[in-house]
Amino acid sequence: MEKRKTFVKDVDRTLYDMKDTGADSYRVSKGLTKDIVAEISAMKDEPSWMLELRLDSLKTYHSLSMPEWGPSLHELDMDNLITYVRPNTSLKENWDEVPGDIKSTFERLGIPQAEREALAGVGAQYDSEVVYHHIKEEMIRQGVVYTDMEAAVKEYEPMIREYFMKLLPAKTHKFLALHGAVWSGGSFVYVPQGVDVKIPLQSYFRFNAPGAGQFEHTLIIVDKGAKLHFIEGCSAPKYNTVNLHAGAVELYVREGASLRYSTIENWSKNMMNLNSKMALVEKNANMEWVSGTFGSHITMLYPASVLNGEGAKTEFTGVSFAAEGQNLDTGTKVVHAAPHTSSIINSRSISKGGGVAVYRSAVSVLPQAHHVKSAVSCESLMLDSVSRSDTLPVMDIRNDEVDIGHEAKIGRISEEAIFYLMTRGLDEIEAKAMIVRGFVEPITKELPLEYAVEMNNLISMELEGSIG
Amino acid sequence: MSKLLLKVQNLHASVEDKVIIKGLDLQINEGEVHVIMGPNGAGKSTLANIIMGHPNYKVTEGSIYFEGEDITEARTDERAKKGLFLSFQAPEEISGITMENFMRSSRAVLSGEEVKAYAFHKELMLIMDELQMDRNYAVRHVNAGFSGGEKKKSEILQMLVLNPKLAILDETDSGLDVDAVKTVSSGINQFKNSRNAILIITHNTKILDKLHADFVHVLMDGKIVKTGGTALIDQIYETGFASMESISGK
Repeated sequence: MEKRKTFVKDVDRTLYDMKDTGADSYRVSKGLTKDIVAEISAMKDEPSWMLELRLDSLKTYHSLSMPEWGPSLHELDMDNLITYVRPNTSLKENWDEVPGDIKSTFERLGIPQAEREALAGVGAQYDSEVVYHHIKEEMIRQGVVYTDMEAAVKEYEPMIREYFMKLLPAKTHKFLALHGAVWSGGSFVYVPQGVDVKIPLQSYFRFNAPGAGQFEHTLIIVDKGAKLHFIEGCSAPKYNTVNLHAGAVELYVREGASLRYSTIENWSKNMMNLNSKMALVEKNANMEWVSGTFGSHITMLYPASVLNGEGAKTEFTGVSFAAEGQNLDTGTKVVHAAPHTSSIINSRSISKGGGVAVYRSAVSVLPQAHHVKSAVSCESLMLDSVSRSDTLPVMDIRNDEVDIGHEAKIGRISEEAIFYLMTRGLDEIEAKAMIVRGFVEPITKELPLEYAVEMNNLISMELEGSIG
Repeated sequence: MSKLLLKVQNLHASVEDKVIIKGLDLQINEGEVHVIMGPNGAGKSTLANIIMGHPNYKVTEGSIYFEGEDITEARTDERAKKGLFLSFQAPEEISGITMENFMRSSRAVLSGEEVKAYAFHKELMLIMDELQMDRNYAVRHVNAGFSGGEKKKSEILQMLVLNPKLAILDETDSGLDVDAVKTVSSGINQFKNSRNAILIITHNTKILDKLHADFVHVLMDGKIVKTGGTALIDQIYETGFASMESISGK
């Protein structure tokens, strides 16, 4: 076994693997009880297996302890978290029927406009429920399914039952167990064999209630030879109370299929973003993650790809920007479980004003996986001396016939580069913004144009007032 | 009479308590080409950085005026907006930003006006052709992976694109082969007119074969010890900088 490491110290366990105390310490608490979970299930009029899944998850939740690595989650008061907030509307298929204040929120975020201009379908979730879901006729004719998860549980019950929380079971960690118990909302997508969905589908998650949790579940199956680009956007207004986001994303990319899953996350800075994402990638299939993390107080997010079939590929492209009061612990996990599989990981993180940006990844090559290729590049840029960056790339290689490349860099923004740009007329903020935009360019060039623009705007916004 | 652009008066400056400039005077008018020569460590590059307002250097005494305005305390970007430009000896590499976007952003902030992308592109291509620069440089990242000679050409290109009133060229000719010197000096000749001025900082004179200098200054130990015409260059070549020291009465 070969184990490579660069910088600082190793993570002592795999990313999702957390300590199971083994004790069945089921206990009823103010925040989360069997009754609440049963009520959620009843309200959604769910089949009994789903209620059982919820109750089992709840037991698991109470038996698991909090993670012992990564950022401190002590501010999270699990007993006082309102797990479920139902917006005052039912699911609509026409924006005109969505209540005014909710609709105007999405209008401000540009979602209906984006739908008209560039998307094949849109789902919009407000707090715990999906308030809007629409897919273009043409997609329906090709057999593409895009619906909210509640409806999917009923309409596509056998499929959901087969796949729901199978990649990410409740026992994986405490927050997935919580998710299993109280999940609400999210999207289900099925792309039939050979169908190429040429324009992206988008789900947008908006969080409005203070002190609440959002636990949407996204399940996507891209069947053999099919293609899909799915975009996920997230935001929330700022409250003084801590909010929790513990969604789950399960992706099945079947033989020869490709899926690109893009996220630009700009949660407000009181959000605990403890999201779980995993893709199962079959023979000759291709999974691409594009992940931008700008918001939240604390994020722990490591989208995972299990390369399960020969010739499967994955690419992870990630950027995070940690400003004052933020601790963004992000990265990815790749399991090479089959021969001739390949992975490319490209990550950039920026920290300023005392923010903490940690890159954490785990690439493992299982004994049967020969002729694996993997290239990891992670770079961190600190904009001042009070910010912090760490890179913790872990590799666990159990086959000798592999081609592994690794590059990690941590640096501070160069004063000389700022001076150089200032001699060309840029003021200090403009100079820094240009350097940061250049630093994340390998990421932005991978994004659809409107997202690249949004990312550059977020960078400029983050840098304003950063001089002091 | 031509207008006074730069006036440096009794300048004293230091970096981290080390005094580097020790009472320097210099005046540059429109239409003039000045050369500052001097041995290594005399403070030549320091002077260029101080005129541009590098934050690491502290002016402890004296003043710098540009077009009559005291800019001793002005920010670097403000000086650039007034028409000062520095061609760096070792320009920084900025990855992820193309030369073209960089220069267009710079033109926009310097002029305070929107710069139309297509018109700018056409103009840039024209200037690059004149400099015999491969047009591919426009889409390469700022100085990233450029050879020493390419970096110098990139600086001269920026000077031509941004068209400052006073261009300070810090060791622009060092490390260049014969062809590159030719290209760079023709670029400088193209830039030069009666409304602007050039200050060339160098410790050799290759670049001056193709360029007429109006004044030659010898900078030693933080001061200008001698000023003259091009004849001074020959004198330096014959007797070295050491002879200047005796002239300065040290």
